[in-house]
Parts: sequence; structure tokens; C-alpha cells
Amino acid sequence: MTEINEASVRAEVRAWLETNWNPALGLVEWRNKLCDSGWGAPHWPKEWYGRDLPVGLVPVVDEEFARIGAVGVAKAGIRTLAAATILAHGSTLHKEKFLRRILTGEDTWCQLFSEPGSGSDLAGAVTRADLKGNKWVINGQKVWNTSAHKAHWGLLLARSDWDARKHKGLTYFIIDMKQPGVQVHPLKQMNGHASFNQVFFTDAIVEPEFMIENTGDGWTVATTTLMHERRGADGMRSLASGGGRQGRIYEEEKAEIATTMEPYKWYPQRAGRVDLVMGRARETGAIDDPVVRQEIAKLLIMSKSAEWTARRARTAQEQGRPQGPEGSLGKLIASHVARAAARVHTSITGAASLLSGEDGPLNGTIAEILISVPACSIAGGTDEIQRNIISERVLKMPKEPSVDAEKPFRDVPRNITSAAS
Amino acid sequence: MKFSFTSEQEEFRSILRRFLEGKSPTKEVRRLMETDGGWDRDAWKKINQEIGLTAVAIPEAYGGQGFGCSELCIVLEEAGRTVLCAPLFASTFAAYTILDAGDEAQKKALLPGIASGETVATVASTEESGNWDPESVRMTATAAGGGYKLDGVKSFVIDGHTADLIVVLARTAQGLSLFTVRGDAAGLQRKLLKTIDTTRKLAKLTFTAVDATPLGPVGGAAAPFARTLTRAAVCLANEMVGVAEKLRESALDYAKMRMQFGRPIASFQSMKHKQADMLVDVEMAKSAAYYAAAAVDDGDSDLPAIASLAKASASDAVLQTAIHTIQIHGGIGFTWDNDSHLWFKRAKSSEVMLGDAAYHRELMMRRWAA
Ligand SMILES: Cc1cc2nc3c(=O)[nH]c(=O)nc-3n(C[C@H](O)[C@H](O)[C@H](O)COP(=O)(O)OP(=O)(O)OC[C@H]3O[C@@H](n4cnc5c(N)ncnc54)[C@H](O)[C@@H]3O)c2cc1C
Repeated sequence: MTEINEASVRAEVRAWLETNWNPALGLVEWRNKLCDSGWGAPHWPKEWYGRDLPVGLVPVVDEEFARIGAVGVAKAGIRTLAAATILAHGSTLHKEKFLRRILTGEDTWCQLFSEPGSGSDLAGAVTRADLKGNKWVINGQKVWNTSAHKAHWGLLLARSDWDARKHKGLTYFIIDMKQPGVQVHPLKQMNGHASFNQVFFTDAIVEPEFMIENTGDGWTVATTTLMHERRGADGMRSLASGGGRQGRIYEEEKAEIATTMEPYKWYPQRAGRVDLVMGRARETGAIDDPVVRQEIAKLLIMSKSAEWTARRARTAQEQGRPQGPEGSLGKLIASHVARAAARVHTSITGAASLLSGEDGPLNGTIAEILISVPACSIAGGTDEIQRNIISERVLKMPKEPSVDAEKPFRDVPRNITSAAS
Repeated sequence: MKFSFTSEQEEFRSILRRFLEGKSPTKEVRRLMETDGGWDRDAWKKINQEIGLTAVAIPEAYGGQGFGCSELCIVLEEAGRTVLCAPLFASTFAAYTILDAGDEAQKKALLPGIASGETVATVASTEESGNWDPESVRMTATAAGGGYKLDGVKSFVIDGHTADLIVVLARTAQGLSLFTVRGDAAGLQRKLLKTIDTTRKLAKLTFTAVDATPLGPVGGAAAPFARTLTRAAVCLANEMVGVAEKLRESALDYAKMRMQFGRPIASFQSMKHKQADMLVDVEMAKSAAYYAAAAVDDGDSDLPAIASLAKASASDAVLQTAIHTIQIHGGIGFTWDNDSHLWFKRAKSSEVMLGDAAYHRELMMRRWAA
């Protein structure tokens, strides 16, 4: 076997793309080719649509896709969390049924973890899962579930055992969202978008084979999902690949962005759009203001260091070494960057930063940053929870004494009337 | 300098608080912010008949109540607490401009209407640059016949699309000058701007040969308008600390009520520290805002620096408090139905209104480092 390195990967993917890439193909048709060749998710296992490529070489593949303008597999959103969770914990059936359609973008996913009474305290979930006959019956409510109104499938954390301790009574399911027992109500956010939802279950059904791992393993599986969510917490940039190029596939990708990807439209803004800072500073002349320059410089130092911290963590991983503490910091750092970026955008754009829609600079993008950034330090685990994780798991500081983790869950004090028996 | 509220002032505050909480519950704020006008003319008249808000600091000779800036700032702080949707700040700003720049006849003619709430007035000084320094003004006024004609564009004009009377800052051959223009003047095009803070509307005004009447001596606006801007900054700082304190209180109430991990989130030390920091920020900003209002009433010669200090302090404090408040609410704080964002957005718009913190720190340093 020849050695795999940057040059060999680049040559191989380039040759493959030059032979196969064709913008006249349909989006799903092309993505199926990517699944078959393994170039769509090259770091995935060979037997599941990948090529076992080290993570560190994936950017080389991305660069070659970008160079030729090739569309990639569906990447954005909760589907990536679904894929990671299924790859780590799913059965062969799960992998066969779901992975390909995740990559082709045919299926959309949502994450059904948070509840009105349990957000930071996810393990306090009270949505019930009861085994009746040979089916799981689900009752209860979830909330803040991004793209649940678009989703075909949901990653569900539910309580199957009320006598077990809090973290031991949970089970993880894949639930069909398109069934009568599942009701989805979009919730409007402070930035005017409605990308997250309330989800109500009334005797919703889960087939037994759609449980992931075993009953009582829900918390362990959820931890995998959360770890991937927190790792991927950098800002999405542009979703489109075409860059103004023509072709059927670009049209279909645009349509996908406008429909299934619509809930993620504002996600780049919530990360602060550091990429817009220098351009805006030049346009407005703020680049010559010594005070603003200092603020921009501080932001760039922070965001570059954040990028390199993430790269350090990836490099360790790709070399098969355990990640150091740098691997647990990304989510918290992303919040710092987003908040600093919002401040800098305000300094640069001044009063005009208030103007939204067509009245505002960049069609209101700056204003949208200011009212979207607050989500960054809440979604996917709040900054405070990240600090707890860093201090307790990385720094091994003593845990806060727990008042609820050691007793049977039915005896734990809760603040909302729950579906508990 | 005497620097605490008298029992009469405290009494005034508590009456106002009850009054404004009744007039401006968030349900009413949400109703008005969805309208293009942003406020309700009948309700505004009624508020002024019942208690008199814009009248507070207008001298009795011009139909006002003749109180000082401290009393006016109590009104603004309480209005900030309820994010009152009304042309209060705009009319206050305009009334101060007329008091500072107008001649006796103009004050007699213009102020009683503003004091009664009959006339809604505003100030149009900033242009599309968003720069609050009067020196940046480009709009020109040219003598024509016996009067003046205005040409140019003003932006970020508070309630500019609904005001009956607009005080405009423009350039003439003699220098910076103020003018009054009727809201419905021919050649004046008014456009409501889309902004993130719909609780206080901003407009863009395009003037094409609009007839205007000089306010005070032509070419003599720089000094009086500088005084006005100073007082306006003090007023806004006081409104902002009202916004900040309300945010802080709502975060505290929520933290005490919300349970996670089997206990109130308020029992987590990180939440306590955040609340303590918020209290420090808000109390410091309040002290600066109150001190600045007292400095206006005392005729303190250092007022311009003190006013900028108060505005800078309030800008930083209100924004930080707003960010913490949403954070403490978690997911629900990011929703439209939760009220936090109403205050958050008012905080954001006030932060940059009349100049951001960096701008005011620089103004302060120009005085104190000179
Ligand atoms: C834009 C957005 C998208 C989201 N998408 C999804 C989704 O797709 N699926 C899903 O399941 N959820 C989703 N969420 C929910 C999100 O994960 C929760 O909002 C978050 O975990 C916080 O939970 P909470 O809202 O219940 O706040 P709470 O947990 O009530 O937190 C309130 C405050 O208390 C603090 N706090 C709580 N516990 C502690 C502690 N132990 N120590 C110190 N401070 C503490 C928090 O940091 C916060 O400041 C989304 C949220 C947002 C804003």
C-alpha cells in the first residue's frame, strides 16, 4: 500500500473529480456517487461511505471540491450529529437505513433533547418512553428543537425508568417525525426567525429496533451527540458551493438551502461574522480610527487563536494522540469570539448597525448579527455549563455536591408539573 | 453639591412608576412596536393631561411645570423601565433645543404645545454618516425670499416620521444654524427606517427646498446646540439606567424561580457572581447618571465631561446587563415571546444613540486632558 499523504490524496481526489464531476447531474444522483466513492465523507469508515482518511487530510479534499466548484454531501445541521451518533453507537440496521440518506440530504434530522424543565440539566428529561407490547410509546414535550418542523427523523432522549437514578433511566431513540403522535409548533426567536420548535408527543410510536444501544444507555449515547455538537460549534460560512456557476446541480442546491436548510440561514450571523469585519472597517473608514483598530486587532487575535486551538486539537486526533484540554474549549471560545465580534461590528458601523433588512448595510446582516449572537452562548450547552465541564472534567476540580443525581428520579424536585407517573 | 433625591422626588418616582406600569405593560409595548407610528397620539395626549411628562422641565412661563433636569431624568428613567413607546425622548430633546437656541417669542410660541403633548417634536441633526458630532453636518440652508430653504438628508431621526415639529441642524454661509420645519412641510419626504429596536422608531428625512424658519440667530447654533446635546446625553443616560435596572431585576426574578439540577439556578455560584456584577454595573451607571442630572441643575461648569461620562457608563452597563439577562434566561431568553429582547433591543439602540461609549469617552478626555 502506498503511503497516504497530502500530495497523494490531492492527486487522487482531483483525478476522481475531473472524471466524475458534472454540474448537469441531479443533486441526489451526484451525492450517491460521492457515497459510493467515499469522497463525500472521506474520514468515515470504508464500509460506510468513507475512505478512512485521517481527519487532518479532509481539508485537502474540501479544497479540491472548492477548486472545481463541486457540490459536497449534505453537511449542515443536526444531520451531522445524527451521523456521528449512529456511526459511534448505531446498529448495522441504523447505518444501512440512515447514513446514506443523511449524506444525500434526502432526510432531515432534529435533536429532541431539551425540555421546558430540563435544558442545562438534560438528564432531567421527563418525556416518557413506555414499552407497550413490542413498541415504545412516547408522551411528553420537547422544546428549542432546531429544524424539527422540517425533519423526517429525530434524535430523542426519553425516560424509560423512573425508579433508576437520573442518568440511568434514560433511553435514546430515533423517532419518525412524520407520524400523527408528533406535533411540531415553530417558535419565533428574538431575531425574527423561527428555526426552533416545540414538539409534543401523544402516544407517538418508536419501533423497538430504532432504539440506540440499550435501555438505560440514553445518557451515554447523548453525551456522544453533545460532544460532536460542541466540537462543531464554529460558525457556518456560506452554504452554497457554486460561487455563481451555472448548472442544474447548483439550482437544486440553492433550492435545498432555501427549504430544508432554511432554519440555519442566520447561523453564520450568530457566530459573529468575523469574516466581514475588515471589509466593513475599510468601507466605513473605521479602519483608520485608532480605537477601533485596537478592537479589531483584539478580535482577530482571539479568532485566529481560536482557529489554531481547534487545529491543534484536530492534529492531535489525526495523529492518534488523545486531545489535550484544547479539545474542550472550542464551544466557550466561540461564544467569546461571537460577542467580541458583535461589539466590534457596533463600533465599526455605529448607528447604521441598527438598520435591518434593505435599510441596513449588507442588507441588514450587521443588525442580524447583533440580535443573533446571544444564541451562541446558550445553544448546545450554555457558557456556564461549558465552564463547569472544563473545570470538572478537564481541570478535575471537585464537582458541586449534587442534590438530585443519587436518588430514584421520581423523588427528584422539579419545577414544572411533569408527565411523571 | 447636594446629591440624593428628596422625599418629594422619591414620592414623584413612585407615583410615576405605578402610573407608567399601568400605561405601558409589555402587552401595550408589543402592540405599539408593531405599528408604523410606534406610539399612540390619543394615549400620549392623555398621559400628558394626567401627569405631564414632557412638561416637567419646561419653565412655567412656557406652559411647563418648571422642575429641573433631575425630575425630568426621574421621568426618563421610569419610562426606560417600561420601554414606554412614546415620543418622550424626542420631544424632550426638541424642547431643550428650543430652550437653548430659541428667542423669547419662539419659546413662547413653540414650547406650550410640546409641554401639553399637543405638539410632538424632534431633532434632526445626524445624517446618513450616523455621526453625532454637529461639525459633521452637511445639510445646507439657503436664504430665499424672506426665509430659508433646506436641502439634504437627515437620518436616525427619533420619531421623525410622526413628529409635528422638526428642529433641523443645517449649514448656512454664516455657520451652523437651527431651523424649525413642520412635519407636513412641502418637499419633506419622511421614511420610517427598519431597525432592530421597534420600541423607538427612527426615520430618514429627505429635504428638497423645504421652507424653514430659523431658530435663534442664523449662524449661531454651535454653542447652544452643544449645550443641548450635553443635556440630551444626560437624559438618555438616565433612561438607559432605567432599562438596565429593569433587565437586572427580571434576570434576578427568573434565576430565583428557575430550577435545574434539582435546585434554583440562583443557587449556582456563577449565577450569583453574575448578578452581583450586574448590580455593581447598574449602580455605578445610576450614580453617574444621577450625578450628571444634578450637575445640570447646579450649572456645573464641568457638565460636558460629566454628561459624556454618564452616557459612556450607561452605554456599557446597559449592554452588558442586557447580554447577561438573556444568558440567565437560557433558551427562553432568545424567544420573541419572552420580554427580555424588548429591553435588549432598546439597550442596543440607546448604546449608539447620541454617540457610543468610545465617542463619549473621547469627548470626556478632550475636556479633562486639555
Ligand atoms: C438557537 C437555539 C437552538 C437550539 N437548538 C436545540 C435543538 O436543536 N435541540 C435541543 O434539544 N435543544 C436546542 N436548544 C436548547 C439549548 O440546548 C438550551 O437552551 C440550553 O442547553 C440551555 O437550557 P435552558 O434553555 O433550559 O436554560 P437553563 O438550563 O434553564 O439555564 C438558565 C441559566 O442558568 C444557568 N445554569 C443552569 N445550570 C447551571 C449550573 N449548573 N451552573 C451554572 N449555571 C447554570 C445557564 O447557564 C443559564 O444561564 C437550542 C437553543 C437555542 C438558543
